[in-house]
Amino acid sequence: MVGNPNAGKTTLFNALTGSRQKVANYPGVTVERVSSQMRLGDDIVECVDIPGIYSLTAASEDERVATSAILAKDNPPDLCVIVLDGTNLERHLFLFTQIAEAGLPVVIAVTMTDRLEAHGKELSIAALSAELGVDCVAVIGHKEKGIAELKMAIRRNLREPKRPAYDFGLPEGLEAELAELRDRLSRLGVDASLGEVRHSLYQPTEEFSNFLRDFPEVSEPYRTAREKLEAADLLRPSLDVQSRYKWAKDIQERVVTRLSDAKLRKSRTDRIDQILIHRVWGLAIFIGVMYLVFQSIYTLATPVMDWIEGGFSWIADTVSPPLESNPDLKSLIVDGLIGGVGGMLVFLPQILILFFFIAVLEGTGYLARAAFLMDRLLGWAGLNGRAFIPLLSSFACAIPGIMAARVMPDAKSRLATILVAPLMSCSARLPVYIILIGAFIEPTYGPFWAGFTLFAMHFVGMAVAIPVVFVLNRKVLKGRRLPFLLELPPYQWPKWRDVWLAMFTRGKVFVKTAGTIIVFMSALIWALSYYPRLSPVESAQILKVETPEDADKKIQERQLEQSYLGRFGKAIEPVFVPAGFDWRISTAILSAFPARETVVPSLGIIFSLGNETDEESADLRTAMQEATWPDGRKLFTVWTAAGLMVFFALCAQCMATLATVRRETNSWKWPVFMFCYMTGLAYLAAVLIHQLSRLAGG
Amino acid sequence: MTTSRALTFADLKTGMYARVTGVEENCLESRRLQEMGFTVGTEFHVVKVAPLGDPIEIDLRGYRICLRKRECACIELEAIV
Repeated sequence: MVGNPNAGKTTLFNALTGSRQKVANYPGVTVERVSSQMRLGDDIVECVDIPGIYSLTAASEDERVATSAILAKDNPPDLCVIVLDGTNLERHLFLFTQIAEAGLPVVIAVTMTDRLEAHGKELSIAALSAELGVDCVAVIGHKEKGIAELKMAIRRNLREPKRPAYDFGLPEGLEAELAELRDRLSRLGVDASLGEVRHSLYQPTEEFSNFLRDFPEVSEPYRTAREKLEAADLLRPSLDVQSRYKWAKDIQERVVTRLSDAKLRKSRTDRIDQILIHRVWGLAIFIGVMYLVFQSIYTLATPVMDWIEGGFSWIADTVSPPLESNPDLKSLIVDGLIGGVGGMLVFLPQILILFFFIAVLEGTGYLARAAFLMDRLLGWAGLNGRAFIPLLSSFACAIPGIMAARVMPDAKSRLATILVAPLMSCSARLPVYIILIGAFIEPTYGPFWAGFTLFAMHFVGMAVAIPVVFVLNRKVLKGRRLPFLLELPPYQWPKWRDVWLAMFTRGKVFVKTAGTIIVFMSALIWALSYYPRLSPVESAQILKVETPEDADKKIQERQLEQSYLGRFGKAIEPVFVPAGFDWRISTAILSAFPARETVVPSLGIIFSLGNETDEESADLRTAMQEATWPDGRKLFTVWTAAGLMVFFALCAQCMATLATVRRETNSWKWPVFMFCYMTGLAYLAAVLIHQLSRLAGG
Repeated sequence: MTTSRALTFADLKTGMYARVTGVEENCLESRRLQEMGFTVGTEFHVVKVAPLGDPIEIDLRGYRICLRKRECACIELEAIV
């Protein structure tokens, strides 16, 4: 299934395939490949949603993936369903001309016909079918209109494929020369479609130039064709594009008729835009919307998170008794695995809420306006408004955000976006903020400042990202940028099925990718803090001096202190003292490097509570408020808490993110670079905050 | 009476109408803009210029697109008065 971005492709794909979608990656690269089995009568068909593209020229990564999926020689699609926006036929037909040249069987789905009617226009599907020489079906995905017909057309065409005729009114001499070149090539054993021959003449890739060097007999016909066309002044890509658009415009004029003279240019969308992209109101509303999103995440997720926590402690309580005879195994299962899985699943509500908002904002068309507003700011930093979407996704989790950076049109801005995406405050940082705000900000300053601090913590990463990109673009990254292009689709109500499916698939991807690593790391951290065991002699001594209820806690604390993790934390304490962190905080920080989600359970173990701890835990809050340095000074001041939060805001504490960056950039260089610069910045910021607060007498 | 004068994207203001008069060949930026519909002879309308002058929103071939002025230097224009 191919089409322009904003053609309504996803809505149609969802309507066709429902919730059985599989999200995987294209081999080698990591553009997401969304596919689904579709039942057509007795047949089962695999339907693949190709990334939305404007052209097969393959300028961006998405386009390269789409192009190679469409033009795959070894495994060509049996049928291309091209999705055309009925209100914007001209431009969408341009892509059609390019796919038609590939010689593939085609079925057309025309979307947005309802909106066309609202504009007082009518599109004749029969006329369009006749013009293009293939089956066309009008569909309205979210209303199920035309879906059955489209399925029938797909089924019919899989049996008796129809290939579109391609006469796009391109200059005659050019077409004849291309056809001849293709014939000469095929005689040499090179099998290429007309489109491929055209591209190799206009914009030979490096790969292709090398190929020509190696096979002089192939380069000969190329040279003659090139010379002939140059002599006739026909070797101009602009002529090609121009003729296609002229053809598309003619088709549009023939198939779309205006029913009424109603001039609907000052549409609802224009009226809404007068406010939403206004220079003052637009920006104010944007900030308001973002604030609302993050406040909702904070408030709406909490009850569900409590419920999940409750569920997991119930499971732990249920499985514990039969394991009493084997304390090591019990601790591994209850503290390590159940604690780890619970500690990960607890983020699911937040991720779902965030993806709900992203899907709604995207579905209504507001996300594009936000990109329009933000382009100025992001452009100054060397990114563009489009980066807003991957960066916003990174607020849920940097992993989908980094993947979404593929919407960037060129390698340079894409890399810049990837490198700062993890600075956006992902939901895994929330627990740290929540527990520290709950322990040190809310009791002293009240709920308003608690909410404000949470909001501010989300700003820290963004504020730091701007100078980082600025430096990256000037000093580190090379290459050219493609022009910034952004469509502003008309406003519409979000399609709820698309919203639910986006939440569902994102949630599934999160549980799968993050889950495996976090479960493994939880077991590892459990082992590091569980071994070596405290000697029985020492336990007995503690039992003697302490009251029974204190003894348990004291033993656990001693156990951790002399475990591998605790020893390492103590060894590294001097490094963190300038930031005001003692060995306990250092240990928590260390344990959080593989996945920052684990920090709250770690703090729980470290401040001696056992690790059935979540960020709402009042006991952990009290334990942290009461923790002291050996000399009796309070360990945590408001500023220590702030420093720790900023440290977490900036630090690269997520193995899954680094692994994703490695996969996306296909090199270890960038994840290593990312780890170093983020951790360095985090450390410097924490030290700076602590030292400034000391200077200020805090 | 229609008169015209040469323009670049940098000269565009909200509400203006313009026509593409020339494009650079063998240039990736120019090629991409042509594929989006900015071919020679195409007329379009500037809907809005963002705060601080960039990007601009253009109504072209019946759809809305945002571009940065300075990234469109490869396209020559004339004003339609």
